Amino acid sequence: MNFETTIGLEVHIEMKTNSKAFSPAPVQYGSDPNTNTNVVDWAFPGVLPTVNKRALEFGMRAALALNCEITRDIHFDRKNYFYPDNPKAYQITQSQTPIGRHGWLEIEVDGQKKKIGIEEMHVEEDAGKNTHSSDGYSYVDLNRQGTPLIEIVSKPDISSADEAYAYLVRLRQIIQFTGISDVKMEEGSMRADVNVSVRPIGSDKLGTKTEMKNLNSFEHVRKGSHYESKRQQRVLMAGDEIRQETRRFDEATGETILMRVKEGASDYRYFPEPDLPPIHISDDWVQEVKKSIPEMPDKRRKRYVEDWGLPEYDANVLTQTKEMSDFFEETVAQGADPKLAGNWLMGDVNAYLNAKQIGLLDTKLTPEHLATMIKLIQNATISSKIAKKVFKEIITNGSEPKAWVEKKGLVQLSDPAVLQPIIDDVLQNNEKSIEDYKNGKDRAIGFLVGQIMKQTRGKANPKVVNKLLIASLKQL
Amino acid sequence: MDYFANDLTSLHDLLVKKEISATDLTKETLAVIKEREQKVDAFLSVDEKGALEQAAEIDKTGIDADNVLSGIPLGIKDNIVTKGLTTTAASKILENFEPIYDATVIEKLKAAKAITIGKTNMDEFAMGGSTENSAFKLTKNAWDQTKVPGGSSGGSAAAVAAGEVVASLGSDTGGSIRQPASFNGIVGVKPTYGRVSRYGLIAFASSLDQIGPFTRTVKDNALLLSAISGADTRDFTSSKHEVPDFTKGIDGGVKGMHIAVPKEYLGEGVADDIKKAVKNAISVFEKLGAIVDEVSLPHSKYGVPVYYIIASSEASSNLQRFDGIRYGHRAQAVKNLEDVYVKSRSEGFGDEVKRRIMLGTFSLSAGTYDAFFKKAAQVRTLICQDFARVFAKYDLILGPTTPTTAFGIGEDIKDPVTMYMNDILTIPVNLAGLPGMSLPAGYSKGLPVGLQLIANQFDETTMYRAGYAFEQATEFHKQVPMIGGQN
Repeated sequence: MNFETTIGLEVHIEMKTNSKAFSPAPVQYGSDPNTNTNVVDWAFPGVLPTVNKRALEFGMRAALALNCEITRDIHFDRKNYFYPDNPKAYQITQSQTPIGRHGWLEIEVDGQKKKIGIEEMHVEEDAGKNTHSSDGYSYVDLNRQGTPLIEIVSKPDISSADEAYAYLVRLRQIIQFTGISDVKMEEGSMRADVNVSVRPIGSDKLGTKTEMKNLNSFEHVRKGSHYESKRQQRVLMAGDEIRQETRRFDEATGETILMRVKEGASDYRYFPEPDLPPIHISDDWVQEVKKSIPEMPDKRRKRYVEDWGLPEYDANVLTQTKEMSDFFEETVAQGADPKLAGNWLMGDVNAYLNAKQIGLLDTKLTPEHLATMIKLIQNATISSKIAKKVFKEIITNGSEPKAWVEKKGLVQLSDPAVLQPIIDDVLQNNEKSIEDYKNGKDRAIGFLVGQIMKQTRGKANPKVVNKLLIASLKQL
Repeated sequence: MDYFANDLTSLHDLLVKKEISATDLTKETLAVIKEREQKVDAFLSVDEKGALEQAAEIDKTGIDADNVLSGIPLGIKDNIVTKGLTTTAASKILENFEPIYDATVIEKLKAAKAITIGKTNMDEFAMGGSTENSAFKLTKNAWDQTKVPGGSSGGSAAAVAAGEVVASLGSDTGGSIRQPASFNGIVGVKPTYGRVSRYGLIAFASSLDQIGPFTRTVKDNALLLSAISGADTRDFTSSKHEVPDFTKGIDGGVKGMHIAVPKEYLGEGVADDIKKAVKNAISVFEKLGAIVDEVSLPHSKYGVPVYYIIASSEASSNLQRFDGIRYGHRAQAVKNLEDVYVKSRSEGFGDEVKRRIMLGTFSLSAGTYDAFFKKAAQVRTLICQDFARVFAKYDLILGPTTPTTAFGIGEDIKDPVTMYMNDILTIPVNLAGLPGMSLPAGYSKGLPVGLQLIANQFDETTMYRAGYAFEQATEFHKQVPMIGGQN
């Protein structure tokens, strides 16, 4: 029997607002426990929630960037459950009126483009964090309590682990470009719940799904859903049934492990949040938010190809992250040739970042310096060989390239009046090479150029040297 | 000091003219409370030290001549949080709980230099109509100590009726200000929903709760409501509606005012002595020039079930925060987290609170939501529409506040449903978010009878004007219970 796999993803993304979704306490990652909290976060008797307008607008931004329809009359709902990281014992969320519905994004796997539908996305609050210590106590940190989240629920359109991976990459990219979140998996600002089911090809009914919660790496999602799909197929082939259960992806083995079997759905007793009146989102408001959305990667990509003549591949690489794309554009704005700027970023800069395992903004490199260096190469002030030295200097120490080149005396020698005496000198001392040249050994030229470079400590302009050298040899 | 002979205005005059200092007034108030508490037990806690400090400070900085509350000791219902002053909502689960912030109304009163003299008894978490559901003490009716003071704001009402304070704050979710005001022969107002900030009011039912004043006169009530009203950025359900001076034009009379009397409010279940007092009130209004007609509020009969579903549902969620983790009572000798929750809550909550949590949890459950909560919300809309139709033609609705006068202590508590029916005349007002007032309109067998006036949303002004006209034309408000040494 052949099976097809269906994967559904529920992605939570923390939004980087200044304050929390329903209280004025600050949102900040990495603070001491319970320092970013107030009486509202602690659910003291008598407190009431307030709506952070910016969190709502960030949610609208994401919804618009994901091609969702904006729900015009929204309200919040309470999701009731007891847990110490949830002091009110309910989460304020949107179950009846999600801010966005019926969106989509496009992925590409093995050269095939595919639209993945987005069922809905809503704005809600994050819970705090429980730590179970070995001293026998559990500790509650409410710093994260109330941080605004968006939850993005995909339609069951994803049919392979690779598609799931591509969906997450694309989703992260789009959200990052909207500017509403850092989308850092390692800080938990992006987390994914994965539902996997399989069914015989041709069956019109989805199979029973299993769930993996809070996966914190794209690779785990890929491996986990791949494993889960194969496991379910094995179970069905053996004549057994899939149970609705929650499973954990085990990094070490690459397998999924049963955590608990679901006994019917939990009853969260959702009902409209009576402390927050319904909100109407007007046309004007939607337009205003639309205008605030920065240019999306697709549009940038198109512009790079059409306006700047970049190859499709380069445009794609340069728009992978907002950081890179912004850096690239700023470098071009500072007067660098787009093709050369792109090459440097995709080549030496990326290699440097990979080697050091750091991000672009963690280096001392600035678009201005990169542009200056590229101009120095273009106007032949420095050779591409010297450029490697300059690059290392500006990315590690942040020196101004032009001043540094001058200070270090690295300006390229292009003046024939300066170079000719050096060439003459080298020719005089290398008669053997002249012989070789005359005997048709082209290799000799390489050797002679090398000697000239040595004499000028690499500063000679190779183009000029070549021209002058050949002219001199011909005269001999 | 005799709160039977003085109102806010006359006390203010004495303070401004320095015939009495805030400290003296506070001391005398404390003395009166000490004496009369033996009979009414209205207060859960009296903040003698804090009140005297506050009074001394006011005497030092001077009475604010433009501020009628300056230097006046007030009673505060114990579900309104007061920084540093124990606030329990009359529940064991919050026994000894000391809030770290002030409710918005307390901030406003402090800014007006009013003095919080103590916290008054109530039904636990404001659930009840007799104050018998308090976990701590039994408050008695000021007129007859074998009778209940009503509830849930029974302590606030009894304290004013017994002359312990000139005014107090209560909260009203289904009648919890108007019913005890009625039982105690004083004036109690539930403002329009959104008129007064709920920030710092320990929530019972978020979509129904409102804080409001108890006073002995209509004008005092208008003065106090003006002081606590207004939009609050910390409460998104508070209204940006402009807050007028509710005493302005209070003596304008009711000539030409169109008053509606719903026939359902004088139907079966309403005692004859109550009907008689209301009919008398109607003739008073007519004599004063008002035009009184009978109308119908056909859906008001569903008010009680709708209320018990909506209020209990919201309460079941609001009261989940009392889990023994961060504050309040935590059970000892627990095995695990579940145990902490179950035991802390089982030990901390009283029977009525548990009953409503169960009712609310049931109403919101996946299988019953549509038939209960959702249906109740729909019927609530019909009840609102009933009122809207009447207010399209009338300025005011008039009726009784309660079906009977105060009942005996221990009489009704055994049968929750009978107890619930006491609220039949007050509940629809909360469901529709309207302002409602109870004021004295007669006596039957030595117990006060209350008249209820209901106005359109944010039209407290009309309600106060009508109440003032009735009060000035009658003598009911001048009667006082046999309680103090001076009687």
